[in-house]
Amino acid sequence: MTGERFLFLLFALATCGGALGVVISQNVVRMAFSLVIALGSTSGLFFLLHADFVAATQLLIYVGGTLVLLIFGIMLTASGPYVRIKTSPADLFLAAGVGFLVLFMIVGTVMDVDWEQASIKLTGRAIAEKPIGYNELGQGNTARTIALGLIGSRPDKDLGQPAEKGLSTGYLLPFEIVSVHLLVVLIGAAYLARARRRVDSSADS
Amino acid sequence: MSAIFAASTLVDYFDGLTISPFGWEINEGWALVIAALIHVFVLVNVFALIPLFFIWLERKVSGRIQDRLGPTRVGGRFGWLQGLADGIKLIQKEDLVPKAADSMLFRVAPYIACIAVFGTFMVLPFSDGWVAVAADVGLFLLVAILSLEVLGIILAGYCSGSKWSLYGGMREAAQMVSYEIPLAICALVPIVAVGTLNLGEISRMQSGWFFSNWLIFNNPFTFIAFFVYFTVATAGCKRAPFDLAEAESELVGGFHTEYSGMRWSFFFMAEYAAMFVVSGVAAILFLGGWHTGIGWIDQAFDSLRISAAGQDGFVLSCYFANVIGMVVFVIKASLLVFVQIWVRWTLPRLRIDQVMMTCLKYLIPISCFLFLGAVLWPILLLSTLDRTTVFSEPLGEKVPRRQPVASVPAPSANQDVTHRQNSISDRPSQRVTAKPEGDDRR
Amino acid sequence: MDVELNHYLFVGAVLFVSGIVCMATKRNAIGVLMGVELVLNGANVNFVAFSRYTPLGIDGQIVSLFVIVLAAAEAAVALAIALSFYNNHLTIDVDRGDELQG
Repeated sequence: MTGERFLFLLFALATCGGALGVVISQNVVRMAFSLVIALGSTSGLFFLLHADFVAATQLLIYVGGTLVLLIFGIMLTASGPYVRIKTSPADLFLAAGVGFLVLFMIVGTVMDVDWEQASIKLTGRAIAEKPIGYNELGQGNTARTIALGLIGSRPDKDLGQPAEKGLSTGYLLPFEIVSVHLLVVLIGAAYLARARRRVDSSADS
Repeated sequence: MSAIFAASTLVDYFDGLTISPFGWEINEGWALVIAALIHVFVLVNVFALIPLFFIWLERKVSGRIQDRLGPTRVGGRFGWLQGLADGIKLIQKEDLVPKAADSMLFRVAPYIACIAVFGTFMVLPFSDGWVAVAADVGLFLLVAILSLEVLGIILAGYCSGSKWSLYGGMREAAQMVSYEIPLAICALVPIVAVGTLNLGEISRMQSGWFFSNWLIFNNPFTFIAFFVYFTVATAGCKRAPFDLAEAESELVGGFHTEYSGMRWSFFFMAEYAAMFVVSGVAAILFLGGWHTGIGWIDQAFDSLRISAAGQDGFVLSCYFANVIGMVVFVIKASLLVFVQIWVRWTLPRLRIDQVMMTCLKYLIPISCFLFLGAVLWPILLLSTLDRTTVFSEPLGEKVPRRQPVASVPAPSANQDVTHRQNSISDRPSQRVTAKPEGDDRR
Repeated sequence: MDVELNHYLFVGAVLFVSGIVCMATKRNAIGVLMGVELVLNGANVNFVAFSRYTPLGIDGQIVSLFVIVLAAAEAAVALAIALSFYNNHLTIDVDRGDELQG
């Protein structure tokens, strides 16, 4: 049992356990806490996958931002400290059954795929080849590569290629679009959630 | 070896070591585990001793500011052991959990706050190579882990089952979350000048005379950014004058009203350790890290480290240089914490709406302006003075790349090659992680 | 036995399925929102796993960055909608939102 396998098992069990905790728990605050565990362990999985920048982003934005937002929402909408809105057992049984079916379908399909053949057919490269941009010397030092990709330059693909191949496209346009999108969405959300009177007095809904 | 506690050196030491008389050999996986445990042990001790020292310092400083003496009995004339006495008192207190509280989450909340702050010590370098995880995204990771503390505060406030805790927790969480934005932007201002997120490399770049090398004097925007960063960091640590949510005269205790004994002390360990971490980050980003700031001393120590770079085994001179570096770093961070303590006992408290207004209406636009200025500064210099920094050579040349990375082009050939650049490039790449990796780590 | 691509895809599948079961069964609107977050995270795990184990490269990680950012934006809007719902119905139970039911 190597260290990587042990750490993967630890993080994977925490992730799956947290996800199942979200599904099973009936108290919404406990659901939020299980989700914190699930997303934090996902960040650990990203570290194992040599994606340091993405893992840090996951911690900062998902766990430290989105989940805090969700917990604020819970605090503002829960009508008591232990609000429990129960689903009926029949619904739960049906949902669990469908869930297991979908899980077996997905996992069965995934295990069936021959990734080497698929990789060669789709990209012409063997799957054991190092991925484009994989930095042997500093596994996980992806910050610079990602940053360059986001401003539109792809040295991981372009360095060493003959000149007539041209430059690969970067991700500058999606980056700008997402920036404007975020601005618009957050202004809209702030406007939607502005403080207004409750429904019992005259309100504009 | 310049990094005696670096994971790679510890692993090399333990790998293949045979424990006699049993004849067990340690393989690489277990060597990594032992190295990680040693790191954890050292950091846990650091994390536990820092609050002890700073609580004593706070009581002494607050006493002097208020024209009294502070602790004078426990442990001699200056009350050195007062922190220990407080700890013993807190341990033997009754462990209360209110009946209206969500029992599991009430118990878990202090640990989340502590874990979040303790995790930041992983990437904080105390000296050259003396860092648990030399991550290339070090500063980003530090800010990310520090942002998890909010979850502990919110859970503590909400799950205590009392309205003081709820109001305090929500205000506290809103304040901390809002102040993370100018914190990240102000921390980015020197990063823009330097070009790397790796805290160790940022410190290495600042060796030499302080007025020309420390990033605070690099451009006027980083100078202002230091003060803004320090203000924002104080607010983010929930320290006065931004401590409305936990002040005793306002909300009884805010989110920690219902906590007593050791659980309460976990929150305060987290708070003092967070003060140290943000001060340490300020020291690294702006004030030269572990360098003394006196030119010939820094050059002497650097040459000691360089001469030890190629050698194997324990080199006393390099170790001595690194110990001095660590002492300098801790002194700088402690001075900044002292300023935070001083400010707490000098300035009156801000109201919560003033706190939020300061952040959202003033500090965020100021930080954005500083960021923009720092980005445009080299362009301005290039167009007027035809160089990119005022004092020293361009910062990108001061710390050479260790080996040319496959995805980034190597620096061009016609740059001035300083002696520092030549010699440091011989130093082996120290990617020290506690993650086990089967293939070559260099 | 090394950790392979399939192991990570299994974790991604579990996250995804938990997310859709959560979306289907929870009556609390914020619970439904948590399901959406789980689904997006399952997809992210898949992206980064493919980025590491196949020639996909850094593209997988950049796309997962975009997914994280867009998920944050969508959570903000969904929360705003949930708060509006709460202000109008004084309950967060989504089963009460049945005025348009024929």
